[in-house]
Amino acid sequence: MAVLLEEGSNVVVQGITGHQGRFHTKACLDYGTRIVAGVTPGREGEKVHGVPVYDTVAEAVENGEADTSFFLVPAPFAKDAAIEAIEAGIRLLVLITERIPFHDALDIVSYARFRGTRVIGPNCPGIISPGKSKVGIMPGHIFRRGRVGVISRSGTLTYEIVNAITESGEGQSTCMGIGGDAIIGTNFVEALRLFQEDSETERIVLVGEIGGTAEEEAADYIEREVTTPVVAYVAGQTAPPGRRMGHAGAIISRGRGTAKSKIAAFKEAGVSVAALPSEIPTLLSSL
Amino acid sequence: MKFYEYRAKEVFQRYGIPVPKGLLVVSSEEVVSPPLPAAVKAQVLVGGRMKAGGIAFAESLKEARRATSRILGMEIGGYGVKKVLLEERLEIERELYLSMTLDRSARTALLMASPDGGIDIEQVPGERIFRSPIPPLVGIQPYILRGLKEAMGLPKELGRSLSAIAEALYRLFKGEDAELVEINPLVVTRGGGLVAGDAKLILEDNALYRHPEYQGMEQDLTVLEREANQKGIAFIELGGNIGVIANGAGLTMATMDALHVHGGRPGVFLDLGGTDDPETVKEAFLLMMKARPRVILLNIFGGITKCDTVALGVQEASEVAGAEIPIIVRIRGVNEERAREILREAGMTAVLDMGEAAKAAVQQAGE
Repeated sequence: MAVLLEEGSNVVVQGITGHQGRFHTKACLDYGTRIVAGVTPGREGEKVHGVPVYDTVAEAVENGEADTSFFLVPAPFAKDAAIEAIEAGIRLLVLITERIPFHDALDIVSYARFRGTRVIGPNCPGIISPGKSKVGIMPGHIFRRGRVGVISRSGTLTYEIVNAITESGEGQSTCMGIGGDAIIGTNFVEALRLFQEDSETERIVLVGEIGGTAEEEAADYIEREVTTPVVAYVAGQTAPPGRRMGHAGAIISRGRGTAKSKIAAFKEAGVSVAALPSEIPTLLSSL
Repeated sequence: MKFYEYRAKEVFQRYGIPVPKGLLVVSSEEVVSPPLPAAVKAQVLVGGRMKAGGIAFAESLKEARRATSRILGMEIGGYGVKKVLLEERLEIERELYLSMTLDRSARTALLMASPDGGIDIEQVPGERIFRSPIPPLVGIQPYILRGLKEAMGLPKELGRSLSAIAEALYRLFKGEDAELVEINPLVVTRGGGLVAGDAKLILEDNALYRHPEYQGMEQDLTVLEREANQKGIAFIELGGNIGVIANGAGLTMATMDALHVHGGRPGVFLDLGGTDDPETVKEAFLLMMKARPRVILLNIFGGITKCDTVALGVQEASEVAGAEIPIIVRIRGVNEERAREILREAGMTAVLDMGEAAKAAVQQAGE
């Protein structure tokens, strides 16, 4: 078993008729993803690379048994389209879209939790189980099937790291980009739980960034619950501190959120911490 | 997008949050009939205004004018003061703290309050801060307001006012797509009222399309930062001499980490976003040239676009800008060998490894 995404996952592409939709539908089909339908309101009856287009997600679910959404709907329409997908019975909603207002993301994520739908993203490259299926915009050719699970807040930095892992001769079970926004559907802790339970994942690479306290929470969870060995990298050790969120930000974070605090938390939890992305393959092989 | 205090107070008024009477001026000549006695306050977007001397008190017209002209000549946190707000001076009985922001970990809005408001709020111990998550989907509920009143320990009448202000704060937070609304201090006046002494408001940039009324609002930005903003490029000026361009915030930060490991100092941080679109790369390049770094380090991990296409964009940009600044390029992805050939032919250093690129950039910058 890989994490969340399998060969049998039936995928609907929301926003299939746009430029990005067409391009990535082709790339995913080429990779072997089972894309059963596309949705763009008002475009029913068209085909994109042979995939039938419907007006509604409900029709995609009914006619194509779609259970997973590859979501590329532009930000202003994202909340509407995401709630529609949840109501139509989609089980895994992969929100690639950037710049969704967080007030909308909060509604989407809260409603999805209420309905039991898993959300990944927004503002993420998606999820790939190499050799099985890809629901995302990542370049498929840098991945290779294997036993390293990758969880990352970044986009291109994930490709950088995956590429280094693949070049070192290792492969990946599943690689999940959880997204870089303030509000995301699946955080590090929830992703770690999924990878910990996955029989194909033998080691985990966690790629964090400065800002927020998700890495500190991940470190705490690893210490308590995760027996799979973890290698972590935190980007931004020398980046300037982000803009201050008034006093409220300082009251919430209380000194956490910096690269230093995150790295210290990981080390305390027994996680191997890489100073640079290029060290990750070496650290993995030493576990 | 950060709001100046006077702008934030205009928004507060629309939501029924009480603010002092005020007069906004850009020169001391405009100070004709200010509210007196007055608090004279520099309008800047950076914090620490009080400690920098950007707030003065005036009893008379003459004093108000003098204070205004002094503050208008000031620089706070690197930005010149262009506007001054003169407000009726509040008679302060007590100072409270009240804010609404986002709790990323809990995935909720978060109401925070403290009976110990004022400039030292960050030193207030945790048990003196009331925190209540606002349940998503349903919003603020009466039990939250009861808890808030209880924690602030105000007399009944004031408690009711506080409740109304907290509710307004939540409506504002949602209605204006704010990421932060903060009142510090929320002043309990000797007359027995509640008034927002200061106002901090930050709107979420991603939601600005829903608020055309705020578009084009003035921001403290350098000329280059403004240009980058308009082009959707993240551009931050730092202290060093190496210009870093990369695609994706994570990769840009990792590139800076690599420079640091090799003893270099990044001067400008330029993130293209997750794109490797050759046009955006070209624009970014031209912008970076204007910042005049000693050396430019370009780090691209190609996803969608073929690397040779990106390389042609870089080549074009360097020809337009003139190639007097050394350029180190590290580019990975489809057709990367061809891309490196193109760049080398154009006189740039093109390498395979990020660490190697960082080392080369640090060497060049040191010369």
